[in-house]
Amino acid sequence: MERYDLATGSLREMNAQLQAVAPGENLTAWEILNPDGRHAIAVGLDAPIEVRVMGPTGYYCSGMNQQATVRIRGNAGPGVAENMMSGKVIVEGDASQYAGATGRGGLLAIKGNASSRCGISMKGIDIVVGGSVGHMSCFMGQKGNLVVCGDAGEALGDSLYEARVFVRGSVKSLGADCVEKEMRPEHLAALENLLESAEIDTDPADFRRYGSARRLYNFDIDNAGAY
Amino acid sequence: MCGIVGLFLKDTSLAPEFGTLMAAMLAQMSERGPDSAGFAVYSQTRDGGSVTLRVKTPETDLPDLDIAVGEVIGAPVSMEVRANHAVLSMPADKVEAARAAMSRLRPDASIMSWGDAIEIFKEVGQPRDVTARFDLASMEGTHGIGHTRMATESAVTTMGSHPFSTGKDQCLVHNGSLSNHNALRRKLVREGLTFETENDSEVAAAYLTWRMGQGASLGEALEQGLEDLDGFYTFVVGTKDGFGVLRDPIACKPAVLAETDRYVAFGSEYRALAGLPGIADAQVWEPEPATTYFWSR
Repeated sequence: MERYDLATGSLREMNAQLQAVAPGENLTAWEILNPDGRHAIAVGLDAPIEVRVMGPTGYYCSGMNQQATVRIRGNAGPGVAENMMSGKVIVEGDASQYAGATGRGGLLAIKGNASSRCGISMKGIDIVVGGSVGHMSCFMGQKGNLVVCGDAGEALGDSLYEARVFVRGSVKSLGADCVEKEMRPEHLAALENLLESAEIDTDPADFRRYGSARRLYNFDIDNAGAY
Repeated sequence: MCGIVGLFLKDTSLAPEFGTLMAAMLAQMSERGPDSAGFAVYSQTRDGGSVTLRVKTPETDLPDLDIAVGEVIGAPVSMEVRANHAVLSMPADKVEAARAAMSRLRPDASIMSWGDAIEIFKEVGQPRDVTARFDLASMEGTHGIGHTRMATESAVTTMGSHPFSTGKDQCLVHNGSLSNHNALRRKLVREGLTFETENDSEVAAAYLTWRMGQGASLGEALEQGLEDLDGFYTFVVGTKDGFGVLRDPIACKPAVLAETDRYVAFGSEYRALAGLPGIADAQVWEPEPATTYFWSR
């Protein structure tokens, strides 16, 4: 286990060390002490390492992650796991706005609540939230899954493309072109896998599925006169 | 971008440490607002009231100002100088008279705040330098708010810095930008309010002063602000006995609240709160959009 204390060391140097881990090296487990809400902790990683961040983080923790598993022992600030490509980010507390924004792959598991714009413009990432999400979550979601074990705020899935949304609790309102859809066996199976990967024990049968009505992003010849 | 902080002590035995805690919170918000910084400190230790004044040339403007003001208002006045600001104390019923006297005696000076409990200090420069210049760390208080500014809507000047005070014991700090401030300023001028700057945040401060002058509580005034203020905002507002928080319905501007048995603290980011005592065990949450929060004693 490698330890890095941000109370005494430099953030830039720590990120450089984490980013420099080469394939096959045995520096695979790291613990980051005293994060104290600093920005850009453990960003741009590209190796199958495990990083534990021992406290709350500021903006963009684990941004652009590839392969690594990052566990945040506290709340995460805005943009956690933004544009993640692969790997896994677990937030043991709450996450601030635009968690997992534009993510292309991997899993973001938030044990607490996420704030507004969770999964905005997601492009393949899976996001599982143990609590609730704020307004405009999954806005323009293109691909991937957003699973919400609590409630969803206003305008869920506004202008949605092909991302799938599962919500167990109430939805304050659906955004433009987002509709409830039938939950088929393949969705239940996918949901079960996602919940298990996110270490959340709950019954997939309690969820409802939402997706795009596909009326907004497809050109409709009947509307040609409007242009 | 700007940084805002607020600290409300439930346990007033922390009052001697108040200034040190606030200075550290503001220093953490330096990158969010390197242009200027300011803070309001509320203390309940004074018998009477006070007026805080900023002068251009302390060497010539301040000597014997307390005596001159005392002669005009017919009451004893004491003065504490902190850099180019001075806090003049007088009996509570003489505050308005003292304020008028100071405007006449020092027409080039600016009144930063007046009331029973408030003192405001603000200046252009790095937050760390500004708090050191006024020796914030030495100040006792029961609650206060602060701001680090990255100017967008008006010039980088002392008077364009936050907090803005438009009423007795009232002040406001703002992260964001308002889009209907010119129309609202004209309306408030017709209602008799006066403005020192072209700044949008001063309009929000004056709006709340106007509402509270009509009898609204701080909570009610903030609630009405949701209808009348258009734009992006996270506000933290100070009054004689409390502070309040309001975010606009879109809530792009960040905000974190923390509460323990000893205090309620606000920061634009968690790192502003990271040095507070007992923060590891505090309840920490993000205030909801379009929802008013306030605490008072």
